[in-house]
Amino acid sequence: MTTRDQMLASIKANQPSLLPLPEQFTFVSMFPDLTKQFIDILTFVGGTAVIVPDYAAIESHLREQYPDLTNIATTCPELANLADVRLDVADPHDLAGLNVAIIEGPLAVSENAAIWVDERQLPQRVVPMITQYLVIIIRQSTIVPNMHDAYRQLQVDATGFGTFICGPSKTADIEQSLVIGAHGARSLIVYILP
Amino acid sequence: MNQLTLNHADAAIEFNKNEAKVDWHDETLWFVRTKRDRAVAQVPEWEQLREAASQIKNHVLSNMHDLLVQFEENAIGNGIKIHWAADAAEHNAIIHRLIQEAGATQLVKSKSMLTEECHLNDYLKEKGIEVIDSDLGERIVQMRGEPPSHIVLPAIHLTKAEVGETFHKHLGTDKGATDPQYLTEAARQHLRETFLTRKVALTGVNFAIAETGGFVVCTNEGNADMGVHLADVHIAAMGFEKVIPRAEHLGVFLRLLARSATGQPITTFSSHFHRPRSGQEMHIVIVDNGRSRQLGRPDFRNSLKCIRCAACLNTCPVYRRSGGFSYHSAIAGPIGSILAPNLDMKENADLPFASTLCGSCSNVCPVKIDIHEQLYKWRQVLMQEGYGPGSKTVAMKAMATVLESPRLYRMAGKVGRGVLRFAPVTVENRLNPWYNQREMPAPPTESFRDWYINHKKS
Repeated sequence: MTTRDQMLASIKANQPSLLPLPEQFTFVSMFPDLTKQFIDILTFVGGTAVIVPDYAAIESHLREQYPDLTNIATTCPELANLADVRLDVADPHDLAGLNVAIIEGPLAVSENAAIWVDERQLPQRVVPMITQYLVIIIRQSTIVPNMHDAYRQLQVDATGFGTFICGPSKTADIEQSLVIGAHGARSLIVYILP
Repeated sequence: MNQLTLNHADAAIEFNKNEAKVDWHDETLWFVRTKRDRAVAQVPEWEQLREAASQIKNHVLSNMHDLLVQFEENAIGNGIKIHWAADAAEHNAIIHRLIQEAGATQLVKSKSMLTEECHLNDYLKEKGIEVIDSDLGERIVQMRGEPPSHIVLPAIHLTKAEVGETFHKHLGTDKGATDPQYLTEAARQHLRETFLTRKVALTGVNFAIAETGGFVVCTNEGNADMGVHLADVHIAAMGFEKVIPRAEHLGVFLRLLARSATGQPITTFSSHFHRPRSGQEMHIVIVDNGRSRQLGRPDFRNSLKCIRCAACLNTCPVYRRSGGFSYHSAIAGPIGSILAPNLDMKENADLPFASTLCGSCSNVCPVKIDIHEQLYKWRQVLMQEGYGPGSKTVAMKAMATVLESPRLYRMAGKVGRGVLRFAPVTVENRLNPWYNQREMPAPPTESFRDWYINHKKS
């Protein structure tokens, strides 16, 4: 017998008799203002939220934020003027020098400020982690109340990789002092379009 | 690790010699617990979520065989290679083989308590493979040659001065530097180089989804993602109990996990892997290592529901004051104390006694494991199997004899009162553990029985 068969046989022999899945495992979250809740939580986790009317406002805000930076890339055609490097490289290591990545998030969650991105938004999976500064653009209409709503809308295996991103990377491994910017992005700006 | 040879109580005495540090450790972990409480208070349906999580996991335990078969089939369909490991040795050998097949001599690894349980790092070191742990806390303890002392906060036993000293020695940071921002930046630079040059990356698995054949890895630092997205080979190691039926169940678990662990609404990255990226290999090693045995123990199988949030460690009055190393096991604290005796009953017989049975662990557990009841039950099993601490066995037997006989009981009471009154030094000395940090009570002049008989007469 292979290890697999031995393990499975032992599991089958030892597992208790079948118990049903719970009838209720999704819940409704009632927030008076989904966008406000999203912004409050994003601020709490060290991110910055900016409500903007259009892409032109994003462009001018970003020019103020990163006036002297090069190595900026985006997947948004509307912001192509800001970019001087590309994200759709053949080898992800070529992104090592990336300073700012501007990507779109198709779904955001109000309760925890998490934003879903998958390979339809990411030319390379490593983009949101390898960049020094991350910018995600979401639409107000795509903010759902909680994670149950998010999974109801998502097909997690639509692409080979997808992730919920909540704020900039962080650690508190040295004496529980919060440090923003561990291995992933050092900051996260989320622009909220109507 | 010299702590390894000490039992929990003796190691706790060592830990308590530095009173200021123990106080800091205690207060810091309690602070994490209060952050958890604040996060929980923001979710009105928290108790229903816990119940749902508990029932999903109960179902998983009862349907483990079929879920694993389904998971394997779907993962293979996704282009992921599946390996099965009956024990730690097989797990380590598979990972070594995969590294060799990739033609690599180095491995970058994000947090995986399973690889700690299997002592993978030591094994690979012997085989000439260099392993670098990429979680900051794990990297710190790795540089110091220590295991993690906490499953979520691996370096919680260290002060920033100690981390500064370690980094000065290994990363060349300024001597005496203790600023966490500066030290974290140094680690960031050092590990970035590592991420960019490693061909094989290993991660743990938080949840494996049977329905879709994918898995989820949660980190705050982004280290798991940095490692695997830049490597040619991604190896994910999982205990078989990590499987859940469907992706929609993640809604329950991701709402519970980070809130229970650190009081965050969710981890910074909750990454869902379903297929290797083009040109990459993806492997999953599914490990038993005693889990199927635990599954067969009705009193203890619930321990396999654990999602490794560490809420039970943070709340535990014993863990907070004895430190992770006193548990001499990969997973410390209350949950570790009910998992470890399954791995080695004799070696870990002291751990179920490292508890006041106050029940706080069970109250905060997001999947409703009856931790303190299992601690109590393990004590019965260990005493029956003859693994109880020697002093307790003798004392309990003596006590049973005395309590069984009214005559002996009365005599013992008389002797005890006499000794306390006329020769207090026989109990008020360092050989009596009860006298450590305690005053002995003033002896009553008569027993209750004598008092009752006297008063009844009058």
